[in-house]
Amino acid sequence: MSDVSLTVNGKRVSGSAEDRTLLVHFLREHLGLTGTHVGCDTSQCGACVVHVDGKAVKSCTMLAAQASGSTIVTIEGLANGAELHPVQAAFKEHHGLQCGFCTPGMIMTATDMIARHPEGLDEATVRAELEGNICRCTGYHNIVKAILAASETMAKGAKGKAKQAA
Amino acid sequence: MGIEGVGARVARKEDKRFITGGGRYVDDMVVPGMKHAVFVRSPHAHAQIKKIDVRQAQAMPGVIGVLTGKELKADGIGNLICGWMIHSKDGTPMKMGAWSPLAVDKVRYVGDAVVVVVADTKGQARDAAEAVEITYKELKAVVDATKAIQPGAPQIHAEAENNLIFDWELGDGKATDAAIKSAAHVTRMKIVNNRLVPNAMEPRAALGHYDKAEDHYTCWTTSQNPHVARLVMSAFYNVAPENKLRVIAPDVGGGFGSKIYIYPEEIVCLWASKKTGVPVKWVADRTESFLSDAHGRDHVSTVEMAFDKDNRITGLKVDTIANLGAYMSLFSSCVPTYLYATLLSGQYNIPAIHANVRAVYTNTAPVDAYRGAGRPEATYVLERMMETAARELGVSPAELRRRNFITSFPHQTPVIMAYDAGDYNASLEAAMKAADYAGFTKRRADAAKQGKLRGIGMSCYIEACGLAPSSAVGSLGAGVGLWESAEVRVNAVGTIEVLTGSHSHGQGHETTFAQLVTQRFGVPIDSVSIVHGDTDKVQMGMGTYGSRSGAVGMSAIVKALDKVEAKAKKIAAHLLEADEGDIVIENGEVKVAGTDKSLPWFQVALASYTAHNLPAGMEPGLKETAFYDPSNFTFPAGCYICEVEIDPETGLTEIIQFVAADDFGNIINPMIVEGQVHGGIAQGVGQALLEGAHYDASGQLLTASYMDYTMPRAGDLPSFKVSTSNTPCPGNPLGVKGCGEAGAIGSPPAVINAITDALGVVDIAMPASPATVWATIHAKKH
Repeated sequence: MSDVSLTVNGKRVSGSAEDRTLLVHFLREHLGLTGTHVGCDTSQCGACVVHVDGKAVKSCTMLAAQASGSTIVTIEGLANGAELHPVQAAFKEHHGLQCGFCTPGMIMTATDMIARHPEGLDEATVRAELEGNICRCTGYHNIVKAILAASETMAKGAKGKAKQAA
Repeated sequence: MGIEGVGARVARKEDKRFITGGGRYVDDMVVPGMKHAVFVRSPHAHAQIKKIDVRQAQAMPGVIGVLTGKELKADGIGNLICGWMIHSKDGTPMKMGAWSPLAVDKVRYVGDAVVVVVADTKGQARDAAEAVEITYKELKAVVDATKAIQPGAPQIHAEAENNLIFDWELGDGKATDAAIKSAAHVTRMKIVNNRLVPNAMEPRAALGHYDKAEDHYTCWTTSQNPHVARLVMSAFYNVAPENKLRVIAPDVGGGFGSKIYIYPEEIVCLWASKKTGVPVKWVADRTESFLSDAHGRDHVSTVEMAFDKDNRITGLKVDTIANLGAYMSLFSSCVPTYLYATLLSGQYNIPAIHANVRAVYTNTAPVDAYRGAGRPEATYVLERMMETAARELGVSPAELRRRNFITSFPHQTPVIMAYDAGDYNASLEAAMKAADYAGFTKRRADAAKQGKLRGIGMSCYIEACGLAPSSAVGSLGAGVGLWESAEVRVNAVGTIEVLTGSHSHGQGHETTFAQLVTQRFGVPIDSVSIVHGDTDKVQMGMGTYGSRSGAVGMSAIVKALDKVEAKAKKIAAHLLEADEGDIVIENGEVKVAGTDKSLPWFQVALASYTAHNLPAGMEPGLKETAFYDPSNFTFPAGCYICEVEIDPETGLTEIIQFVAADDFGNIINPMIVEGQVHGGIAQGVGQALLEGAHYDASGQLLTASYMDYTMPRAGDLPSFKVSTSNTPCPGNPLGVKGCGEAGAIGSPPAVINAITDALGVVDIAMPASPATVWATIHAKKH
C-alpha cells in the first residue's frame, strides 16, 4: 500500500491505495471525482486527462503514488464556482459534445492547449494537438470550433487584464 | 419560432452536467456493499470446454464467488435470443444456435464469456480470474463467411448445417434476370463491406443489485432501450418477472447500435448478485469491448446492374453473404434482410430488383446493427455500382444519377418500401454547388502539377428511418412492436415533465423534446424536464435506434401534448366563461382570442389539481399519456460529395473537402441535427479510410485496442460543409424524418468513389489505408 497526498481542486487530500492504483482510479474511486473517465486501457483515448502541476496528463498513465505531492485539477475543479471556465462555456455554446463521455478529457486537453499557445490557435494546430483525445460522437467539427472560440475569448480576456494592469 | 421553440438552435440543457464532470454513467454508480465482477473469456475461437477448475480462484484474497455456466443453467437462466424471425426462401425458419450467457460445453469466439469472478475489488477479481483453470480442446475455426459455408468447414452450431443461418430472398428474380439478359449494358462488381467495431467511448457496463427483502432486482446498464432490456431479461432469460426488475440506463456514453442488445454480462451481474448476496458491478475494459461488443457490417456481395441504351437502370441483382458471427445477437437477422435489401432501390427508378442473402455463423464476435444497420451496406452497393457504371458508360456520375432519380411521390419500389416524399435532385444540386464541382477539373490539374492525385466522388443515399409501423414489422418477423410512448405531466405550478420511452445517449433529447413543449405552451424551456431511461419512472417504451426518436418518439409527445392542450383549453374555457374553441395558448398564457381575458398557464394547471371548479364530470389533474405507432417509415435522403488528394509517395489520402446536403424534413434543433451529421460522417469516413476489424485465420482479433484499430482522430478529418433542404415528411405530425444515421450511410461510397477516381482504378478495399492505397498505385504501375 502507498500513502498518497495530493492537492485536488484546491483541497488537500490524502489516502492510502494499493501500489498498482492508477491516478485515475484514485480520483474516481477514493475521492469520488467521477467526472474523469476511463475509455480505454492503452492511454489512447484521453477521456482521463487532468492537470497535474499545471500540465495536461492522462491520469491512466500515472500511478497515484507517483502523483503524490502534486497539485491536480480535474473537470470538477475547472469552473470558478458557478461561473463556467471559458472552454466549458464554448463547448456548450458550439455544441462541442454529444454523449459527454470524452468531454471532460477534451476540455482539460483544450485548456492546456490554449495555455500553451498564447499567440492563438488555428484549425490545423487544434486538430494536430487533439491527437491524444478520441471522440466518437461529434466528428470533432464542433470541438475544434469550440476550442478556437475559447482561445479567442481567453486571448481577449488576457488583453483586457493586461490593459487593466497597465 | 421563438428563441426556444421549434426550429431554434437552442444550446443543450443537458450540457451543464457533462462539462462540469457531473454526468452519471453506470461506472459512476456506487451502491453500498457493491463488489466487482471480472469475466473469464475464451482465448480460443472454437473449442470444447473439457474442465473448469475454480478452486484456486475461490481461495484468492477478496473473492466472493466464482460462478460457471452450469450453475447459471441450474438456476434456470435462459439462453440469449434473436428477436426477429427470418424464414429462408424454402420456408424453413432461421437456424438459431444456443447462446448461453456463460458458455457451458463449447466456446465459439475469442471473448466468449465462460466464468465470472466476483471480488471485493476489481484488481482482486482480475487476479482471481487469472487463476481459473479451464481445459479446452481446440477445434478448427473459421472467420470468413464465404469460407464458413463451404462443405467441410468447421461446424459452429449443431443447429445450422454448414453454418448457414438462412438463405433468404426479396424481389422478383425472374424479372431481374430477364432485365439483365436484355440489357444494353451490365455493370458487375464484387463489393465488400468491411467489419467495424462501434466503439462508443463509454465501454459497456452493468450493475446488478438483488434486494432480498423485496425479492427485487435493479440493473443499471449502458442501454439504448432499458424497457426492451427489462422485457427480454424477464421473458426470455428468466432473470425475474418484469414487476420485480427495474432497469435504469442513466447517462450513456454513446451507443451507435451497440447498446441496443442485451448481452450476457448484465444478465450474469443480476444473477450473480442474488447468488453472492452483494451488488455486482462489471465495467468492460476497451479490449473486452472490442472482443465482445456486437460488431457491424461484414458483407460480401456480388452485384449486377442492368442499363438500357438510354442509361436507364432496368434491373439490379444482388447476392450477399452476411457474417453474423458466433451467435445471433438480438436484432442481427433483420439487419442484412429488411434493413438492407429493402433499400436497394436507393434514389432510383429500378423496375426489377432481386436480392439473395445468406447469413452465416463464423468464429467471430456477434454482428448486429451499427449506425445505419443494413442501409450503409445497401448504399455502398448501389453507389459504388453507379460510379462504376458511369465510368463504363462514359457519362458523368451526376448525369447518370439524375437520369435515374425517382421524381414523383409516393413511389412504390419493388422491394417493399413506399417512399413518401423527396427531392433528390435538389440535394444533388446543393451538394455540387457547395463543393464547386465545376471547378474540380482545374483543382485536379493544379494538384497534378504538385505531384498529387486528386479525385472527387459522390453518393446519393436514401434510408428508412422512424422504425417502424408495428403491424408492418410484425408481418416481417419482428418479435416486438416499434411504436413509442410519452407521458406529459403538467405539475400544479405549471412546470412540465415529459416521460419518454426514447433514450438519449448523446442525441440531445432533453433539449429537442423540451423545445416541442415550449413551442406548444410558451413556457420557458427551463420549466420543462425530460425524464427517460428508468423503467420505474417511465411507462413502457421502445428506446432509441434507427433514427426513431424524432419521427416516432417526438410524435408520441405531440400526441400527449394534444391531449393536455385539449384538457387545458376545456378548463380555461370553463374558468373564463368562454367557448372552448376560442381559447388559445400563447407565451405562457391561456387566452380568449380577440379579448383581453386570459389566465397564466400555471393557474390552469393549478385549477386542474385543486379541482375546486372544473367542468362538470371532468377528472382532476393535467397529465396525459400517448402511444404513437407510425403509419410508414420515413425516408431521409441526400447527396454527399468527397474530394480527396493522395500523395502517391506515401499513399496517404487527405480529405480536401466533404460536403453533405441532406433532406431530413422539418428540423426541431438545427444545431443538434448538424452535430448528428458531423458524427455520422466521421464514422463513415472512418470506415472508408481507417477502420477495420481484422481476425487472423485462427480467430484471434488482431485489432482489439486503440493501438491497432484506427479510430478517426481530429487530424484525420476536415471541417464538414453541411446543409439541409426540406420536403416535410407527410407521415408524422411534425414532418420530421430522422438524422442520426445519414452521415454514416452516405459517406463511405463518396470517399471510395473519390479515391478510385483519383487512382484511376475500379475498386479499392475499405479501409483504404495508406498501405492499401500505396499498394494499389504500385500494382497499377507494374
